[in-house]
Amino acid sequence: MKLDFEKRTLANGLDVIVHEDHQLPMVAVNVWYHVGSKNERSGSTGFAHLFEHLMFEGSEHHDHGYFPPLQRAGGLLNGSTSTDRTNYWEVVPTGALDLALWMESDRMGYLLPALTEKKFENQREVVINERRQNYENRPYGLAGIALSSAMFAPDHPYHWPTIGFTADLRAASIDQVRDFFQTYYHPANASLSLAGDLETAQAFELAEKYFGGLAPGPAVTPVSATAALSASASLLLEDRVELPRVYVSWHSPAMFAPDDAELDVAADVLAHGKTSRLYKTLVYEKRVATDVSAYQHSREMSGVFQFACTAAAGVSLSELEVAIRAAVEHLAVEGVTDAELERALAQTEAQFIYRLQTIGGFGGKSDQLNAYNTFVGDPGYFERDRERYVNVTSRGVASAVKKWIVTAPSVSLSVVPRGRREMALAGAVEVNVS
Amino acid sequence: VSAVDRSRLPVPGADRPFRFPRIARRMLPNGLELRAVTHRAVPVAAVVLLVPGGSSVDPADMHGLVSITAGLLDEGSRGQSALDVADRVARIGGELDLDVGVDAVVVGMTTLDRFLDTGLALVHEVVTEPNLANDDFNRIRNLRLERLSQLKDHAGAMADRAFARVLYGAHPYGHLSLGSEPSLNTMTVDHARVLHGAMFTPSGSTLIVVGDRPEEELLDAAAAVFDSWRASASPITINRESALAPPPAAPEVTLGVLSRPGAAQSELRIGHACAPRSTPDYHVLLLLNTILGGDFVSRLNLNLREQKGFTYGVRTGFNLRRGIGPFVMQTSVGTDVTAPAIHEAWREIRDIAASRPATADEVALAFASVSKGYPRGFETAGQVARSVAQLALHGLPDSYFEQFVPRLSQVTAEDVAAAARRYLDPAKMTTLIVGDLDKIVGSLPALDLGQPQVLTIEP
Repeated sequence: MKLDFEKRTLANGLDVIVHEDHQLPMVAVNVWYHVGSKNERSGSTGFAHLFEHLMFEGSEHHDHGYFPPLQRAGGLLNGSTSTDRTNYWEVVPTGALDLALWMESDRMGYLLPALTEKKFENQREVVINERRQNYENRPYGLAGIALSSAMFAPDHPYHWPTIGFTADLRAASIDQVRDFFQTYYHPANASLSLAGDLETAQAFELAEKYFGGLAPGPAVTPVSATAALSASASLLLEDRVELPRVYVSWHSPAMFAPDDAELDVAADVLAHGKTSRLYKTLVYEKRVATDVSAYQHSREMSGVFQFACTAAAGVSLSELEVAIRAAVEHLAVEGVTDAELERALAQTEAQFIYRLQTIGGFGGKSDQLNAYNTFVGDPGYFERDRERYVNVTSRGVASAVKKWIVTAPSVSLSVVPRGRREMALAGAVEVNVS
Repeated sequence: VSAVDRSRLPVPGADRPFRFPRIARRMLPNGLELRAVTHRAVPVAAVVLLVPGGSSVDPADMHGLVSITAGLLDEGSRGQSALDVADRVARIGGELDLDVGVDAVVVGMTTLDRFLDTGLALVHEVVTEPNLANDDFNRIRNLRLERLSQLKDHAGAMADRAFARVLYGAHPYGHLSLGSEPSLNTMTVDHARVLHGAMFTPSGSTLIVVGDRPEEELLDAAAAVFDSWRASASPITINRESALAPPPAAPEVTLGVLSRPGAAQSELRIGHACAPRSTPDYHVLLLLNTILGGDFVSRLNLNLREQKGFTYGVRTGFNLRRGIGPFVMQTSVGTDVTAPAIHEAWREIRDIAASRPATADEVALAFASVSKGYPRGFETAGQVARSVAQLALHGLPDSYFEQFVPRLSQVTAEDVAAAARRYLDPAKMTTLIVGDLDKIVGSLPALDLGQPQVLTIEP
């Protein structure tokens, strides 16, 4: 399987990528801006995401909501923000491609004249509600924020959550938002991917027509910061939960960097699904945990390798933490078996093909082309990405685990029911999340 | 390259034709019905086995039995362990899922087309030869008991569970598929074995196969594996029609509150038991829902989110089922705006059924949104298989997909207004709040919804 495409860069710096797929009478339009919460500053967090909301509220030549015209045309649309990038997409019937491009280009070139204090304040309230719903009012919902805050120094751009700190959101001003737009939301910092029922030549013509006249913005200086822990830490968070859960977290390689794929495989073998080692011992055999998971969360500047494990009733978190650490130490010495490697590869290969099933939306082909283009400058990285996994060896996994995990400091976090601090790992220090 | 005219939005061109899936059928001698669709996009195959009778056929004193029985299917089969089954699924890069709905159990397998035969064999094995061992039963029951206790911390799950109970009481739609702590503790693996024998039978079930091959080859592949399936003897018969009984005529509770001290938000539900999927007004209700709360530009979302900033989002649904399913509005709002949010939600629901019926323009927008986007639901093999399973569950014709848009196009604004009056009955609606009771209780009398009843959390 291949992901065929053509790429051109417009004079204003906008990358345009086109992939034809005529299965459905639909086209996916997908724009990535290379800006995320990592481009924010301490004290002004949550901007990139708040901005994503404002991008749906109207632009100079269409100063109304973005949903009605696109939904009337049968389109589906959404957007999302991470630490590293922001994306916006529509999947529309073929006949509505012009409409989608008109609207995407209008908000890329002409957003600010339509931005008002009223819209800004309304969407800030929506975001504060989003934060309450998805973080504060959700069991274990603040754990991720607590861990990021402890893993990264206060001035490191991965220290703060994408959703932002509430006090920063409350303090944000519309002028700061304007400044943020001018710095990051322009053709030279964006990538447009079109996939679906269109002809390549026509697609490039349309891209030039709608986006070619937009002014390039200032060059964006890439953010860089190094992440390291000087010593291990153990934290405690009380939450409205029934069962305590322990998280253990290490710094790990950035996405596509050496050892990234190896640690992906390690996470898979250790704690992904019923075939994994820790599921077998902790959940299936000893029944001391209700769930266990691990993942290599790799991002642009660096990654985090993290376990989460929820205790069965009456089981201490320290028993789980000891088991997790023993499992990584064993893996660092013994590596993985041929059977484990084969199985991990079979799953990865299948996942690469499943990802080719949709033209648009989150994770569809247009989104993948943009991801590869934004992060490695090559939309055609699909095959090389796959090869990274084909080339993983047992010895490679062992040495990656040894280097990044066994010999490195970690942050552990105990999330315990309110009033039950004694359930935390010994010596854990309480943290406040705002 | 021509210049862009930014004085107006481009008018979309005509829709291009789309060929909806053609369904081939075959009935096996054992009574299992096969349906196959050729899907050429990517070499991925999807298998769906639909077994009618979901959590609604749980015995009255054993809520959760169907779900735990279905959950045990992939916890060991043909004498091998759960880990062995998981390993064989993983080796074909497969994804096996067991979904217990209110009306059916659905066993789904997605795999690469070249592993279709293995995928079919795995589905066959877990459904027809599960171990249903006592040790596995106890292990899974404990995990479910712990899951139930964890759900008590999840405001949305608390609200869903309590809402089903107050709307449906003892009706088969009144409980969670997971069951309750007392009912899980009542049952034994023998109950699961007996239920399995009675419920997982070829006759009445439908197997859907979607893949990158001609229909006849897909049917042959399925037949080769499933021909041997025989119903096992069971001392009980289950009533797959039990959910067709009418729900309570009036709600037990009109304004219910579940206390969640210190909650950052109030989780809200408003609704009542409403209509079955077989209603002739199905297409009308789809448009009514789209206008009221079904998508981003719905009246409720524009009001509560885009104008007031009360919430991250609000939505409504007519959750139509084989029996009479509920109409539900759901949202989560800031604690301090609980009462105003309920007031506005009620106003929108009342108004669309009375003083502010859907306008022709709203109906046109909803129709365009639903109809023009319709082909999107047939992009992946899994989507196609699940759509065909819906036809099987509700006894809809193979021509359903093709007739969908023409049928929808006949719906008028008058139809939508009439449906709102008929299917949304404020006198029968229940309002449920999961939130910080002390902080909101003073603001509730002004809503004029009656005395709030404080509900208890079910074990």
